Amino acid sequence: MTNELDYLSRRVAAGKLSRRDFLGRAAALGISAPFANSLLSSAARAAGPVKGGTLKAGLVGGESTNSLDPALMMTQVPFAFGKCWGEMIVELSPEGKLENRIAEEIGSSDDAKVWTLKIRDGVEFHNGKTVTAEDVAATLERHSDEKSKSGALGYMKGIDTIKASGKEVVLTLKEPNADLPYLLSDYHLIVQPNGGKDKPDAGIGAGPYKVKVNEPGVRHVGERFANYWQGDKMGHADQVEVVVINDATARTAALQGGQVNMINRVEPKIVDLIKRVKGVTIRNHAGPGHYVFIMHCNTAPFDNNDLRMALKLAIDREEMLKKVLRGYGSLGNDFPINASYPLFTEIEQRKYDPDKAKFHYKKSGHDGSVLLRTSDVAFPGAVDAAQLYQQSAAKAGIKLEIKREPGDGYWNEVWNKQPFCASYWGGRSTQDQMYSTAYLSTADWNDTRFKRPDFDKMVLAARAELDEGKRKQMYHDMAVMVRDEGGLILPMFNQFIDATGPKVAGWVDDPHQELMNGYALAKCWLEA
Amino acid sequence: MSSPIVKLVAQRIALGILLLLAVSVLIFAGTQILPGDVAQAILGQSATPESLANLREQLGLNQPAYIRYFHWLGGVLTGDLGTAMSSGQDIATSIRERLWNTLFLAFWAAIVAIPLAITLGLIAVRYRNGWVDKLISGVALASTSFPEFFIGYLLVFYFAVEHQWFPAISTVYEGMSLGERLQAIALPAAALTLVVLAHMMRMTRAAILNVMQSAYVETAELKGLSGFAVIRKHAFPNAIAPIINVVMLNLAYLVVGVVVVEVIFVYPGMGQYLVDHVTKRDVPVVQAVGLIFAAVYITLNIIADIGAIVANPRLRHPK
Repeated sequence: MTNELDYLSRRVAAGKLSRRDFLGRAAALGISAPFANSLLSSAARAAGPVKGGTLKAGLVGGESTNSLDPALMMTQVPFAFGKCWGEMIVELSPEGKLENRIAEEIGSSDDAKVWTLKIRDGVEFHNGKTVTAEDVAATLERHSDEKSKSGALGYMKGIDTIKASGKEVVLTLKEPNADLPYLLSDYHLIVQPNGGKDKPDAGIGAGPYKVKVNEPGVRHVGERFANYWQGDKMGHADQVEVVVINDATARTAALQGGQVNMINRVEPKIVDLIKRVKGVTIRNHAGPGHYVFIMHCNTAPFDNNDLRMALKLAIDREEMLKKVLRGYGSLGNDFPINASYPLFTEIEQRKYDPDKAKFHYKKSGHDGSVLLRTSDVAFPGAVDAAQLYQQSAAKAGIKLEIKREPGDGYWNEVWNKQPFCASYWGGRSTQDQMYSTAYLSTADWNDTRFKRPDFDKMVLAARAELDEGKRKQMYHDMAVMVRDEGGLILPMFNQFIDATGPKVAGWVDDPHQELMNGYALAKCWLEA
Repeated sequence: MSSPIVKLVAQRIALGILLLLAVSVLIFAGTQILPGDVAQAILGQSATPESLANLREQLGLNQPAYIRYFHWLGGVLTGDLGTAMSSGQDIATSIRERLWNTLFLAFWAAIVAIPLAITLGLIAVRYRNGWVDKLISGVALASTSFPEFFIGYLLVFYFAVEHQWFPAISTVYEGMSLGERLQAIALPAAALTLVVLAHMMRMTRAAILNVMQSAYVETAELKGLSGFAVIRKHAFPNAIAPIINVVMLNLAYLVVGVVVVEVIFVYPGMGQYLVDHVTKRDVPVVQAVGLIFAAVYITLNIIADIGAIVANPRLRHPK
């Protein structure tokens, strides 16, 4: 039977059998559709990428205010286009491992304080110059400088000195950090000639595509770079194009009408409709992003752990996942880490328990209603989610009062200011990054005001620990602490939901970011 | 004939300039009362008190509002719209192409909509109160009553998704031929046409019907002219002033009211540009776009006024 399937999938890859027929034959052989589909995609990969054509993506998250300066990238379009024209020092593979790019080798001293990057030979910039250790060092320097306003500045501040010598770049950190290679995979850290110090938005990188057209908020076009160092793995299409389509309906229409080959951010509520469209494939996969309700641990009445626990127990996660995300997500457990992070350990799932919630609520001594602020922009469906929460809490005898705030100004006036509101987090690539960004006492974005010196110590200790087993245990303990004592209510992790049109091949799900961590245009190809 | 009309026109233009100045004050004041300021918007989630203070200093947000207003006005009068705060690009340069795109779309929508509306209006008058009249009015009113985004989505669904005759998105860029551009804007132009059609058509119909009550129309009918000839030779020329008015109003709408249509069809025009910068609190851009929109509106209204004066002998020769 497997022989027959293999044969059939090769015929599809060779274009001699339609995908539909294949699925039919597979079903006749008793194979489930998802498994048959995975067989097909591996056959397509085995058949090898097809060179040529134009691959187009219609994406939300581009504005006329965007710039090609990697330091200023914040939204999806500059991010995805950056992966086309830029090359990274290191990158995370879809399996969550470190993949060396411009750095050929990364090593550290025993205390994780001094790190050495060996720079690969023969990587070329679009302007014809070879990438040197000086370029890498200058790039890191620029992103460590306050003036660059870099999105990576938060982590880069931890680097004390950056030195280039010969083919090596040596980084000395202020504090030991075992996660440094992961931090260097931050998408802002695109290596530029002289670090982009001369002209940050020149758009000259070492990636598989040269910037051909750059019209912020409208479209970006890349042309294959002939001297790309890894031309067999990336840069299959002759040309890639990102068209900015911020309107969700227009985006799906463009995919259906064939103007683009892939789109991002399909809304969960229309996924089932899109699935039925011929030729369209939904690409959904788990990521670290999550939707949250956050309480300030230092503001009454939320300074009482019993009240916080009552509110954590009064939320019906399963219902919310089903109704708000239509199942395109996974249950949250009140700590911001899930299986998409390295060194993750399972902790018992918290369930909706009105009786226990009632008990803790009584014990807290709080009387009257609790004000929850929400808004359309907090996360897609945040207003509905708040209403579901209100109902499940009512069953536990807790009265939630909901205030719908205007989207305009929500991030300035409500988030990180008001004691109880809805919000979202995109997640980070390591546990350390996530906890350092939002759970250290000193963090600007500590949006739950979780200020615990004992927790801070644990974060710093885990950061410096090179032994994986010990680190895993430390992260487990930290997670339990946030889960049971923190101000975070995390009902669900959302999924990235992308969609591709007919003939798009080479797709590999990547848990780190949408669109194969931004590489969809560079790594996919169009079947003949 | 010339002196009173020149005076009238001069008066209108002077009034228009005054109005534009008043609008500039309003725009400036309006952008000042938006919640949050541009420094906060640029820094977003990552704002700390020090970085806010630094950026405010750097952007000159610490000066009193009236000083900033005169700075800005002086710049505008010398053709310098300033630089966008969020991206550091020169506003005049970025607006030029966007404005051209918007005018291009408005032009083609108008080329279709105006003759169509007036012709339909004339036909409706000719067959007034009959089924043709009712059909025309009914369809036009229905298309106007639907919100633009609904019409836009219907067009996309039918012509782009179901039949794939036209693209669902209207991205235009340099190097496209005129034919490609026209194909790209077919759907948004159609949506705009449907939106402005009824207003112009109904006004044409009403204006001509009004004239049709006059004694000289009755005379024309009595001397044996056919229905259309009466309308064309006697009624239409006398009804032209209100028609010019409504046409100009709708032209103005085609330029300044296309925000929603531009967003739906992803058309790189002024509307989209404005929306992007409003969310970024990019005040200089918002002010510049607002002023351009106001100038277009006022200019078209002046043209309508002047057109009405020139077309009307009673205004041309006031007693």
